Amino acid sequence: MIKVEDLHKTFAENYVLRGVNLEIRDGETITIIGGSGCGKTVLLKHIVGLLKPDKGKIYINSTEITSLTEHELGEYQKKFGYLFQGSALFDSLTAGENVAFGLHNMNFNEKLIKKKVSDCLGHVGLSGVEDIKPAELSGGMKKRVALARAIAYDPEYICYDEPTTGLDPIMADAINELIIHLQKTLKVTSIVVTHDLSSAYKISNRIAMLYDGKIITLGSPEEIKKTSNEYVKQFITGSINGPIKLKLKEF
Amino acid sequence: MIKYISNKFYNFLDGLSKGVTLLYQTLLYMFKPPIDVKNIIDQLFEIGARSFPVTALTSFSVGMVLALQSGSSAISVLNEPLYVGTIVAFSIVKELGPVLAAVVVTGRVGAAITAEIGTMKVTEQIDALRTLGTNPIKYLAVPRFISLVIMLPLLTAVSNVISILGGFIVGVYKLDIPSTIYWADTLDFMDIEDLFHGLIKSVCFAMIIALVSCHKGFECHGGAEGVGRATTSSVVTVLVLILVSDYFLSAILVAMGIG
Repeated sequence: MIKVEDLHKTFAENYVLRGVNLEIRDGETITIIGGSGCGKTVLLKHIVGLLKPDKGKIYINSTEITSLTEHELGEYQKKFGYLFQGSALFDSLTAGENVAFGLHNMNFNEKLIKKKVSDCLGHVGLSGVEDIKPAELSGGMKKRVALARAIAYDPEYICYDEPTTGLDPIMADAINELIIHLQKTLKVTSIVVTHDLSSAYKISNRIAMLYDGKIITLGSPEEIKKTSNEYVKQFITGSINGPIKLKLKEF
Repeated sequence: MIKYISNKFYNFLDGLSKGVTLLYQTLLYMFKPPIDVKNIIDQLFEIGARSFPVTALTSFSVGMVLALQSGSSAISVLNEPLYVGTIVAFSIVKELGPVLAAVVVTGRVGAAITAEIGTMKVTEQIDALRTLGTNPIKYLAVPRFISLVIMLPLLTAVSNVISILGGFIVGVYKLDIPSTIYWADTLDFMDIEDLFHGLIKSVCFAMIIALVSCHKGFECHGGAEGVGRATTSSVVTVLVLILVSDYFLSAILVAMGIG
């Protein structure tokens, strides 16, 4: 289980997280929704140990990770797969080498690595792109290679930062199915950050909404759809009118 | 004004402490297995072999101009080109060779290191390395540090030979110094310590280039503009540090009796 306790984070003058509390159960898929720039990715990066909080604690199965040394944190991070918003593929490596990167650290033999790479690329609909460099791939293809890289070494937890952004609707649904499949077959715990509500409803066991640096609601997709919280209502209906105000110039 | 100076001073101390930390971590991970031999060989080739043509060209040119200037000055003062080989050899081996090779490598390699690591930083590739169980310092800084510390002294040694050869050509064919006299001037006063003097300095310059270039890359933020800023800052900082440290290194080495 992952437990986030009273997490605070400030970047210069920007107070991003103002006391986030969240429990993520083993084997569930939880989706964090919220407006652009509200701190969803920042929260995700804290959970993986890529950022240190100003205040607060994060427990993974009773281990408090914010106080771990660099080496201990490195070992702990091997339990995680992470799909980055901008894919973050290594430019100097081919798609196949990108997917194989984490496997080399897990001491798999070359034959198994080759098979794993081929299988993972196949799962995301990209069989045969092993030798292509990221610069020659489209945005959607990069995202799928990054997803293949994140799932290649069978992590216990997978963090998805905008997994379906930039994909066509059919491929987006295929990725949703893949996330569901991973949860059902491998019992992977998934933490998803997305704006894509249809995806969130489909893949999530629970949905949390982050607003003003705090989790303001947490519930099943059905509970979220029926919520009486005005902020959540406005967000899921996508209306400009409501308690969430955008700083826009009049047009 | 006082606030501006204190900010600059704080930034200098902050950068210095981060540089020392990076040096400590680089040395720590350098000896921690597994050693990424393939990555180190790639960097040796990139830093050494690919820097050779431009280093050779500039060294040859500097050797020639040094011989021409010292020869023509000697002719105007003493009516004959005395000790041109000695002046060229000492200037090159102890001073210009290490500095020139370091400046060329800073422009060609240091800037590329900062731009590459900086781009990786702003596109989250450094974060991706961490999530894949790879320490970015071990994967990125260590191979570059090792390669620079090996290749810059080698480039300096080759640069010394080429510069002296350039000086020899001008001395013999332009200033009409007999070749035997030119070689005697070059070698008679030169000790092995003089050679070490330059090579030790080039090792220090290599460490400065590696640490500053990697540090500026790792600290980079703010997209493409940030990468550009970091690269400029990296090159300027390295050049200033090389030229300033050159005096102190020379003073220390001379005091120790090395050259």
